[in-house]
Amino acid sequence: MWGQLLAILYRDLLSEWRAREVVIGMLVMALLTLLVFNFAFDLTGAQRAASGSGAFWVAVVFATLLGLGRMTARERQDGAWEGLVLAPVERSVIYVAKLLSMVLFVAIVELVALVVLAALFDLPVLRPGVLVVLALGTVGLCALGTLFSVMTAQAKAREVLLPALLFPLAIPVVIGGVRAMMLELSGAGAEAAPWKSLLGGFAVLFGALSVLTFGVVVEE
Amino acid sequence: MAKRSSGLSWLAVLGGTSFVLVALSVAMIFLYAPADATQGDVQRLFYLHLPAAWLAYVSFFIIFVSSIAFLLRGTPFWDRLARSAAELGFIFTTLVLLTGSIWGRPIWGTWWTWDARLTTTLILWFIYLGYFLLRAYITDPERGARYAAVLGIVGFVDIPIIHMSVRWWRTLHPQPIVVRSEGPNMPTEMLVTMLVTLVAFIVLYLFLLIVKYRIETVRDAVLELRAETAN
Repeated sequence: MWGQLLAILYRDLLSEWRAREVVIGMLVMALLTLLVFNFAFDLTGAQRAASGSGAFWVAVVFATLLGLGRMTARERQDGAWEGLVLAPVERSVIYVAKLLSMVLFVAIVELVALVVLAALFDLPVLRPGVLVVLALGTVGLCALGTLFSVMTAQAKAREVLLPALLFPLAIPVVIGGVRAMMLELSGAGAEAAPWKSLLGGFAVLFGALSVLTFGVVVEE
Repeated sequence: MAKRSSGLSWLAVLGGTSFVLVALSVAMIFLYAPADATQGDVQRLFYLHLPAAWLAYVSFFIIFVSSIAFLLRGTPFWDRLARSAAELGFIFTTLVLLTGSIWGRPIWGTWWTWDARLTTTLILWFIYLGYFLLRAYITDPERGARYAAVLGIVGFVDIPIIHMSVRWWRTLHPQPIVVRSEGPNMPTEMLVTMLVTLVAFIVLYLFLLIVKYRIETVRDAVLELRAETAN
């Protein structure tokens, strides 16, 4: 099972390494979102821990959405997805591998965006607490995102449907992520504990639920 | 055919009953129930608001149960039930948001406030919207039913988490002082009106659910016939 998982993960990473379209696209999206937010709100004032966390998470959600769309588009090329589904592998293994590659891509984008956030808005982002918040939130966001991206892959208006499903259901991740990161950035990391458990619980619950239902989704 | 006509008359009785009950409750809301001492006549919206809110959430529970049953059994009954409950749930959620907003304007002084309950209901409305989009945009009906069932389960599990996160978010944030007490005890007239309206809404809901279910059955049959003639 681990071999299969690593094989699918290797496949996704290799095709991304060759095409380099998902991560680059996500990165451009995230950085441009931060840039636009700089004009929309004051990210340099005294409230910048709050507004910076908000801008950062909106950038992450947009980038994730874009990345999920690109990943789906790539699977549709040359029957790649059909080949994967025909392989003698448990559906749940396919799901977990897809989830891991998405989490990895989002994590790369987040790390670059964090450095930019620190430099442009003078925020102390390199704290272990911030990284924990990001890790938990990203897994939760990608758990639902991966499930929905496969569900919407064959739909008529994919790019409309995916955000319509993901945004309302991912609201706890956005609220929890923004609040916990704001507390961490303003030096009140201890108060972020309930938010971290919310993010962690969300990731575990919807990861498990997706693993359970993924077999139904790709039943062909 | 005999079976069908007897079913129709049974349904007609249910429809007639719901009509009479709704007419009765409207009369009670305006003629029997006293005007609220502090809120005045606007408070009468509450009699519609509360049953609508309950049924909005009950609908999602029906979707949740039918979705699980559909994934386990695969019978079209459960899918049609989920579809019917979704449409009613969406209507009642819209009704809750509208009546709440109309009530909030004179009482809270604002059309909308980011209170935990309001926010959760608004998100519920958006989840219903996504549910319809999913059904509409997936052309293969069998696949659409399966995906909708997955969304019905995931969405229902998410609702309490959304509510919890929104509540924490509000408590950690300065809140405008919102006076929303109905007074310590409700007069008997108000309580009776409330209960009659609630019963009327439940009977109406059952009637609409059955009618909607029949429409969905006919629609499935039409789609099947169309597919047969196309081949």
